[in-house]
Amino acid sequence: MMALLRRDLTLALRSGGGFGLSLAFFLIVVTLVPFGVGPQTATLAGIAPGILWLGALLACLLSLDRIFQLDFEDGSLDLLATAPLPLEGVVAVKALAHWLVTGLPLTLAAPVLGLLLNLPDGAYSWLLLSLATGTPALSFLGAFGAALTVGLKRGGLLLSLLVLPLYIPTLIFGAEAVRRAADGLSPATPAMILAAITAATVALIPYAAAAALRINLK
Amino acid sequence: MSIWEYANPVRFIRTADRVLPWAAALTAAALLVGLIWGFFFTPDDYRQGSTVKIIFLHVPAAMMAINAWAMMLVTSIIWLVRRHHVSALAAKAAAPIGITMTLIALYTGAVWGQPMWGTWWEWDPRLTAFLILFIFYLGYMALWAAIENPDTAADLTSVLCIVGSVFALLSRYAVNFWNQGLHQGASLSLDAEENVHDVFYYPLLFCIAGFILLFVTLVLLRTRTEIRARRIAALLAREARAA
Repeated sequence: MMALLRRDLTLALRSGGGFGLSLAFFLIVVTLVPFGVGPQTATLAGIAPGILWLGALLACLLSLDRIFQLDFEDGSLDLLATAPLPLEGVVAVKALAHWLVTGLPLTLAAPVLGLLLNLPDGAYSWLLLSLATGTPALSFLGAFGAALTVGLKRGGLLLSLLVLPLYIPTLIFGAEAVRRAADGLSPATPAMILAAITAATVALIPYAAAAALRINLK
Repeated sequence: MSIWEYANPVRFIRTADRVLPWAAALTAAALLVGLIWGFFFTPDDYRQGSTVKIIFLHVPAAMMAINAWAMMLVTSIIWLVRRHHVSALAAKAAAPIGITMTLIALYTGAVWGQPMWGTWWEWDPRLTAFLILFIFYLGYMALWAAIENPDTAADLTSVLCIVGSVFALLSRYAVNFWNQGLHQGASLSLDAEENVHDVFYYPLLFCIAGFILLFVTLVLLRTRTEIRARRIAALLAREARAA
């Protein structure tokens, strides 16, 4: 498992475009928002939690089809499926690798982009915390969507259509936690529900994703 | 004699042929009675006026939108466990009907909401949950359409249906948390203190029965069509091999 994780991380870092691109995409989405809604700081502060979460979510979506596609095309996914490591483990490791190269950098970059949107002071720590607990769920759900569409030639758009509705609960509770922190309320309840969703997703989704992969590899 | 005998496509088609005229006739009768009674022989509400009568389309359509998804979930699980093709095809056949029911519920709700709430759309939990259900139907149907091999498509859509059910349900309660609602609560429960008045209740029962029968009729019809389409594809493939 460690070998697979190291291999996936090396591939993602050396092939270029992996995490650099999603960070750049996050930056440009956040930069475009003031052009769309106007530069009034009060408006921006009000929508900042939602925009930051939405931007991170969309940036995460960009690189999902890479999770299995390349390995499927060159046949290494078949080898991984026949390896002694259970396919559920392969899925979990690949989703973890995806999170390490997208979710984690996005989380770390979010407070800086929060400055651009005039995010209120109290919300920064909760922005970090909610993204850190929420983005693993995004990567794991994305791995499930990628496993469903891996056999398709142009699965990218379909992948978004399948995965985005699954992201709704995560987005609701993640953004709600930051919004409550920004308004000076206690964000504990949504943050805990968010953590519960992530824990359940990380525990259960690998089974569904591995089932989908087995069907596609048959 | 068990229900699994209908998993045989030939037997299913034979039974469907026999049941369909009756189901269609009963659907027409129930809908005619329910809608005519509801539209012309119930009084106007003293505050809502005649707009109250949209209940006779809105409520049954909304119920069937959810029940169609529930039926797809059950048939998907049956397909994954017992590999009966009829089950997978029934799930495929039900999805377009379910999405249409969702649209009817959203549309009639908007038409009613415009004069009553003063807005076509409100981000109320129930409305939002229905919009999310609509998107889930879209994704499910798009996945069916995208995959060429019918067995792979049936497998993958079944897995999606199971995972989607969990998240659709989760979203249903998540939106409660996210916004307070305008939509009235349940008013047809058998044990509730405050319910819809009997004047509206009885014709509504006919409409609900009519929509259930309509759903059954359409699913039988569409499943039969899917089985025949599958058979034609098999015959064509066999001829192509022979030639």
